[in-house]
Amino acid sequence: MFTGLLFYVFSAVLVAAAIGVITSRNPVHSVLLLVLCFFNSALLWLLIEAEFLAIVLVLVYVGAVMVLFLFVVMMLDINVVRMREGFTRYAPLGLLVALIVVAELFYVLWVREAGLPGMDSPVPLPEGYSNTEAVGAVLYTDYVYPFQLAAIVLLVAMVAAIALTMRRRAGLKTQDVSRQVAVRREDRVRLVKIEAERE
Amino acid sequence: MEGLINAWEGLPEMWQGLLITTASVIAVMMGVILSVAFTTLAERKVIGYMQLRRGPNRITLFGIPVLHGLAQPFADVIKLLLKEVLIPAQADRTLFLLAPLIVLVPALTAWAVIPFSPEFVLADINAGLLFILALTSLGVYGVILAGWAANSKYAFLGAMRSAAQMVAYELSMGFAIVGVLMAAGSLNLGDIVRAQQGGALSWYWFWLFPLFIVYFIAGVAETNRAPFDVAEGESEIVAGFHVEYSGAPFATLFALPEYANMILIAALASVMFLGGWLSPFEGYLPAGWWITEPSFFWLFAKIGFFIFIYLWIRATFPRYRYDQIMRLGWKVLIPVTLVWLFVEGIMVWLKVGPWSS
Repeated sequence: MFTGLLFYVFSAVLVAAAIGVITSRNPVHSVLLLVLCFFNSALLWLLIEAEFLAIVLVLVYVGAVMVLFLFVVMMLDINVVRMREGFTRYAPLGLLVALIVVAELFYVLWVREAGLPGMDSPVPLPEGYSNTEAVGAVLYTDYVYPFQLAAIVLLVAMVAAIALTMRRRAGLKTQDVSRQVAVRREDRVRLVKIEAERE
Repeated sequence: MEGLINAWEGLPEMWQGLLITTASVIAVMMGVILSVAFTTLAERKVIGYMQLRRGPNRITLFGIPVLHGLAQPFADVIKLLLKEVLIPAQADRTLFLLAPLIVLVPALTAWAVIPFSPEFVLADINAGLLFILALTSLGVYGVILAGWAANSKYAFLGAMRSAAQMVAYELSMGFAIVGVLMAAGSLNLGDIVRAQQGGALSWYWFWLFPLFIVYFIAGVAETNRAPFDVAEGESEIVAGFHVEYSGAPFATLFALPEYANMILIAALASVMFLGGWLSPFEGYLPAGWWITEPSFFWLFAKIGFFIFIYLWIRATFPRYRYDQIMRLGWKVLIPVTLVWLFVEGIMVWLKVGPWSS
């Protein structure tokens, strides 16, 4: 009963935050509401005892990805009035998307009405079951090749991103940190012994 | 008294559990907050003596003549709480007031999974280590928002620096924790402590020494402490992300979380690398004596040791330049952790070290 209540509370916050993401005028508020969305979905995952996925969602998306998002969005200087002008221009497209979503909802309801098998509600897992171990065991045995492949794709993407953005202009006066670190006192400072002058 | 006991036994079991949990949560929180108060005092005293000053020595507790300066933190708190809360004209009011709470809540929540003694931990969860990593990565939002919402250039620059620094050092911290996880074979902090049993040399600082050092450096950087405190950098950007704050929001944004996080990092370093509540003399001195028994005292002593190192570092080193911080995080600490993870993998494979038996 209690977990059921929690489920509805978290879901309500999740949906409200998701609506807030698309309706709020200020992009920084949108990003923050998206963070709230992620956080609440993590809590929903906790309710079905997927603690590893939940914590990793918070760690990766909330802790790293969204920080970078916020980083970029904070630096935008957005004119709110101009943004509202686009509203009527994109209204037909928005209506189309809304219609598709409504159609999908009806489809889901129809599936339930038709008595087709859906997801069972999750059963409590046995004592001593570790979600982390279970995910690891599957990831490193059955799916080890796809997993490694995904890792390599990510690595290549990362290298490509760095290669695309790294430009060296000539004539820049950037500091070479390793040379700065390698400096010894003898290179920079010369101690001179000066005889005291007497009147 | 008898009536109270009867009333207690009359309560349903669920309510009893709830009351006990609430009481222990409050006890831990009060402990953390009091430690924060006295850490601020210790910081001023220790740095004072390192610089041949006396530090705060005026305000006494209950007028006792020997304890000069002991009530200083309480005086500071009362002063901060009574000051006016200023909100800049163009600030985003909601976020400006929300930011301190976003910093404070994760800093206090993370204490839920720290094992204080063999018997006492608030939440003995399996993924404790991940939980702490996730929570400490949340605190950065408060710092960024404080900088952005204040609508001040200095605060904004501080927030940007803090964000970049956090992302960089989170990685090396995560890798250091992976090393501990490989050695202990568990994410549960209690199990990690139990895996280190057997005296000071079987703790992980010995076998994972590079990771231990990297973890502590990353911890200092994550808490925005000197010499990595460019987010405040008072010589360049006034006071960084908290320039515009005053009064109670300043206390909750800056003082409380910063010191709570410091103590948390100290506690985590003790748990992961110095054997938590285990005694260093276990196996070296005859058993059955309190000095070889695991207890909260040892954890407390280790936390105190790390706090002292924090203060010592602050009194000793000049502030890093911003690009040097980035270089240290990305180009020095992360490669060190990667190499040591590789070495550790080989050690596990060849069954060297205390964890592979």
